[in-house]
Amino acid sequence: MLNRNGNNSPFYLPQRGSKKDFSIILSNFSEKDSCRAVVFLFIWFFNFYFLSETLSAKNIHVGAHQKIRTIQSALKIISNGDSVIVEEGTYKEKSLLIDKSIILIGKNSPVLSGENKYEIMKIKADNVVVKGFIFKDTGLNFIFDNAAIKLDSVTNCTIEKNIFVNNFFGIYLSRSSRCKIIGNELSASQTKETYSGNGIHLWQCREMIIQKNKIEGHRDGIYFEFVKASTIEENKSENNLRYGLHFMFSDSCKYSGNFFKKNGAGVAVMFTRNVDMHNNRFEYNWGGAAYGLLLKDISDSRIFENDFVKNSCAIYYEGCSRVTTHNNNLTENGTAIRLMANSMDNSFSYNNFIGNSFDVTTNSTRNYNSFENNYWSEYKGYDLNKDGIGDIPHRPVKLFSIIIERNRPSLILIRSLFVELLNAAENIFPSLTPQTLIDSKPQMKRYL
Amino acid sequence: MSILLKIIRYQFHDISRSKWIIIYTSFFFLVTYGLISFSNDTSKVIISLLNVTLIIIPLVSIIFGTIYLYNNKDYIILILSQPIKRNVLYLGLYFGLTIPLALSFLLGVGVPILLFSRDLKENFEVLVFLFTAGIFQTFIFVSISFLIATLNENKILGLGLSIFCWLFFSVLYDGLLLLVINLCQDYPLEKILIGFTILNPVDLARIFVTLKLDVAALMGYTGAVFQKFFNGNLGNFISLLSLLVWLVIPLLLGIRKFFKKDF
Repeated sequence: MLNRNGNNSPFYLPQRGSKKDFSIILSNFSEKDSCRAVVFLFIWFFNFYFLSETLSAKNIHVGAHQKIRTIQSALKIISNGDSVIVEEGTYKEKSLLIDKSIILIGKNSPVLSGENKYEIMKIKADNVVVKGFIFKDTGLNFIFDNAAIKLDSVTNCTIEKNIFVNNFFGIYLSRSSRCKIIGNELSASQTKETYSGNGIHLWQCREMIIQKNKIEGHRDGIYFEFVKASTIEENKSENNLRYGLHFMFSDSCKYSGNFFKKNGAGVAVMFTRNVDMHNNRFEYNWGGAAYGLLLKDISDSRIFENDFVKNSCAIYYEGCSRVTTHNNNLTENGTAIRLMANSMDNSFSYNNFIGNSFDVTTNSTRNYNSFENNYWSEYKGYDLNKDGIGDIPHRPVKLFSIIIERNRPSLILIRSLFVELLNAAENIFPSLTPQTLIDSKPQMKRYL
Repeated sequence: MSILLKIIRYQFHDISRSKWIIIYTSFFFLVTYGLISFSNDTSKVIISLLNVTLIIIPLVSIIFGTIYLYNNKDYIILILSQPIKRNVLYLGLYFGLTIPLALSFLLGVGVPILLFSRDLKENFEVLVFLFTAGIFQTFIFVSISFLIATLNENKILGLGLSIFCWLFFSVLYDGLLLLVINLCQDYPLEKILIGFTILNPVDLARIFVTLKLDVAALMGYTGAVFQKFFNGNLGNFISLLSLLVWLVIPLLLGIRKFFKKDF
């Protein structure tokens, strides 16, 4: 019997590594249990053949010049572990259902079109890989939430390097775990929030990795609800209609190195414990209800090494507790930190506050949070003993911000000499601003 | 016309040699240079410059103007003995003072910015607004000071009125506005406030520049209303009109009084 490599020797050694095992088996080959050994060897070879047979996945080519012209028909003849290689062209396949563990590879970016009616692909099997396609024009459907790719109850799938254009939802995952969404580009062009879906939508997932994607023009760039222990890394989410990242009930997740720019309402992180947010950049989120980062009911989380530049409000804390905010740069924002009265035990340290219109605003006259060792560009104190720490404490809350809080139209007096005088007076004898909201160790030099 | 130019030229030479104008110029130069070299943040520099422009220029213009007219009484009497029309003399004195003042502001702030500022282009628009505001402040407050000085023979009274005038426009007016805002909390005040702001040249200049700088902070409803008005064509036109009215009305009143005045 010929094996796959054309070697007919019964002692064919399949791999270098297994040579050793084989010699061990031979050395154990004594007369006493020769029979047993023969049986053992027989089983061993049988296993090898059986396994190699299953491992030899088929490659099926689909294309205009191939025997198989549609992906749909390829899916019918395919079995677990096979690969489908789809060649250039446009495929209008209505809805593709993938219920086997296969690898789908697009060669030269074939286009899968939903013809503005259908959901393009639905994955219901584990270990599926989808790579190199262009997904286009899913229909708008509010009942089925049409998505370019929908993954339901799967594990270990990979969606990689695809391009999504003009879809309702982009990638929609539910009840799944250990999937990877890497290097995709998603863009949509709806102008109304209600007619637009989310770019990458996760619901009830675990241990997912969302990495290096670009999302533009969707309702929410990335949407997390009931997701656990997942990471969002190095994505770029801009010009989305609502949030760049919408994040709820997702404990123990981490997002880092992302870039959020010009989203309708910035980034919202809500009702969550134990989130790590670091090294992200939040930029140009402008509007009456736009926040660089909105935190609602967050506890035991860390925000560090982020850059907040030119947002209407850089970070908004509502009902937050035990959140540490350190080593961030908050530059030229309208309001750098807006701290609501229901936030407690948060700490702010080693941050740079540079050129913000208001560094800290609050609706409370008391303070249960700590500010320490920050650099404030507004600080007017001195440092006589040259230890780098200002000798008089800094009060980041200005009287004027409280006046605005109570009465918006007084905003017209911003930067007026009169207001500056009021601020200075309040600074010396605080009566309306929270007396204990002070940075007792303001830095003289900014952190680099 | 040629007489007017002659007077202006003479005054220009006279004032350019005055030590006060040199101090004024070098003050702006040093402040701007200092701000640029000590701070890396251009928008912060512009905010500080705005404060300087809105406080120092009206103060200096109004006091300098009043004193100038009082000190030149002998000169005025001398010139009036010649066949020269009174309004020509008044305008000559006015431009003879405002042009050097405006120039010294332009040079004092402009030269260090041109020489030392790194990201000039980014903030070009705001700088143009800042300079326009500064020049208008100079012209408006000198014209007010001339009116005060012609109306009052008493130097102390005139000077006191000038200082009060400055205080009113830069501080008290805003205080009154804040009072009004607080008293009428329950009403939508945005449009009325725009009206009040236009009435005060200092506030008008301030809101123009801050709207360019603090866009992010102003993006609420209130901010949007202000922004829409002051960035629209109508808003620009009305603002410019208000500044011109503030410039022309005191000047005309001053000339009228100057005609009848018995020296």
